[in-house]
Amino acid sequence: MTANDVLLHTQALKKAYRMGGDTVWALAGVDIDIVRGEFVAVMGPSGSGKSTFMNLIGCLDTPTSGSILLDGSDISRLKADELAAIRNRYIGFVFQQFNLLPRMSALENVKLPLLYSGVPEQEWDTRAIACLEQVGLGKRMDHHPSQLSGGQQQRVAIARALVNDPSLLMADEPTGALDTRTSEEIMRLFEDLNNGGRTVILVTHESDIAAHAKRLLLFRDGKVISDAPTAVRRLAERERVPA
Amino acid sequence: MLRILILFRVAAGALRVNVLRSILTMLGIIIGVGSVIIMVAMGAGAQAKVDTFIEGLGGNVLVLFGGMRGGGGPVNLGAGEVQTLSEKEIALIEAQIPEVESAAPVLFSQAQLIAGNLNWSAQIHGSTNNYFIARNWPVVEGREFSAQEERSAEKVIIIGKTIAKELFGAADPIGQSIRVRDFNAIVIGVLQEKGQDARGDDQDDIAILPIQTVRNRLTGISGHNPKEIRMSFIKVRDGANLESVQSDITSLLRQAFRIPANQDDEPFRIRNLTEMIETRAETTRVFNNLLAAVASVSLVVGGIGIMNIMLVSVTERTREIGLRMAVGARPFDILSQFLIEAVVLCGAGGALGIATAFVIVYALERLIAFEGVIEGQVVVLSLAFSAIIGVFFGYYPAWKASKLQPIDALRHE
Repeated sequence: MTANDVLLHTQALKKAYRMGGDTVWALAGVDIDIVRGEFVAVMGPSGSGKSTFMNLIGCLDTPTSGSILLDGSDISRLKADELAAIRNRYIGFVFQQFNLLPRMSALENVKLPLLYSGVPEQEWDTRAIACLEQVGLGKRMDHHPSQLSGGQQQRVAIARALVNDPSLLMADEPTGALDTRTSEEIMRLFEDLNNGGRTVILVTHESDIAAHAKRLLLFRDGKVISDAPTAVRRLAERERVPA
Repeated sequence: MLRILILFRVAAGALRVNVLRSILTMLGIIIGVGSVIIMVAMGAGAQAKVDTFIEGLGGNVLVLFGGMRGGGGPVNLGAGEVQTLSEKEIALIEAQIPEVESAAPVLFSQAQLIAGNLNWSAQIHGSTNNYFIARNWPVVEGREFSAQEERSAEKVIIIGKTIAKELFGAADPIGQSIRVRDFNAIVIGVLQEKGQDARGDDQDDIAILPIQTVRNRLTGISGHNPKEIRMSFIKVRDGANLESVQSDITSLLRQAFRIPANQDDEPFRIRNLTEMIETRAETTRVFNNLLAAVASVSLVVGGIGIMNIMLVSVTERTREIGLRMAVGARPFDILSQFLIEAVVLCGAGGALGIATAFVIVYALERLIAFEGVIEGQVVVLSLAFSAIIGVFFGYYPAWKASKLQPIDALRHE
């Protein structure tokens, strides 16, 4: 492992919230390296700091102290506009509730991040269609979210996360709103993306889901209490699902 | 720049999603812009009418009114009062003031005109041929008075178009006889059609007779002032300064009436006709501007409506804002999106308001005799103004949206 391979590096990362008169340390010093191509699951009980950690490395929030290096550059002290640019270019988000815009077609939803990028408009369709095909929804591009199943909606959301070709794919409870079979399909998609070289960080509270990752970070009380390769890696069933 | 164009599309899309709400929101602006334009059009229409009227006058006419005075004594309002002005003063003005092209003495009367079995009540002016010059009002059929008719009380009459129509219909009135109260007069001419005046009165409902005929047979001769007149139209030569001629006439008459320099009270009044009409038009204009001001209040109310609905929209779409921010929208992009949405709402409302105003003005022109003039600059201004209202009232909601924190916005239920 060389320094060049480190995609994300955090040092003494802390985040405090003011609750009434008290200061609560949601994150009490986290030092983590994530290497390119990793598939990391983040687990922990609620209040453990895993969501705060995700928000910080996802550039949705700024730390109280400590630093975050993304691709070698410090992103912990950036302004709102600069953070927006980082999110647009380097990070793809997948949420539990999909967060698709209901009045737009799947294709338009996928194109949304391109709106805020510098990508020329004539390339938008090509890129968005390629991403939809990658998640297996090439035939449902014109459907609106209400015409799609939960699993299909999450696939659209994943295509949206991929459209700017981000270095980091961040999934926050991506299967939390899905049934077991569909969850399995979505996890298979993440495995495929990781096999293709994409770095994936997954927040979940289900150990079944976390077992798909290669490395497991366990949070408690604002600290990482365990960081180890997944003991028994569980891969999604491939034979049953048509290719 | 490209980003702005894209944001315009996003805004238009967001408004299409809720068409009914968008239209209801625009209604305030539609009504505001529509009524402002209609009011201004009415004002401009009235002004255009006055302008045509003044053009018809020739624009360089002074009107001299006589006052009343008791039989030689101090001012008294009882019977036996006589007019101060007489033909003598008019002749004096014509002789002494070279800038005066022509001065027409006028006596007023009212009489029942009868021709065959038709009768018509008309306004009578007794005057001379100068009347046709001073009022810029030619005789188009027949002829003016002859020198003989002008001097003596000949029973000839020149009639306006309305009287010709009422008494003779399509027939040629020249040479026909009209009974004027108790004598018969021969029609020798018909005046050019003049239409309505600034007040909407029919100016063609008039008959002109030689001044002496009117005096002898209609108004009666006053012993104190046998050549009395009521007023005079005075036409000033082109290029002469109306105001200086006006003051020349004033001092000439003060001299003629032997009014001491320290006395302000004059037994006559002299007015600039253009000025008089302008004054009346000014009143109309002020009134219309007032209405337009009231109408523009509804524009402001419309703007508040826009602000209200934009605030609702920002709250409703908090998650959308959070998502847009998560995928890379800068605060400025969110601000622009909502600001543009407000501007598009107001701009579309303004455009619809203008269209409504055009339809209503057209309908009014058809239904009642109303002339509206919609000027291009008023249209452009009101469109610009409604867009400004969009920026003004849309800014706060848009700013509020742009200040949202992405994580909070994403978690919003």
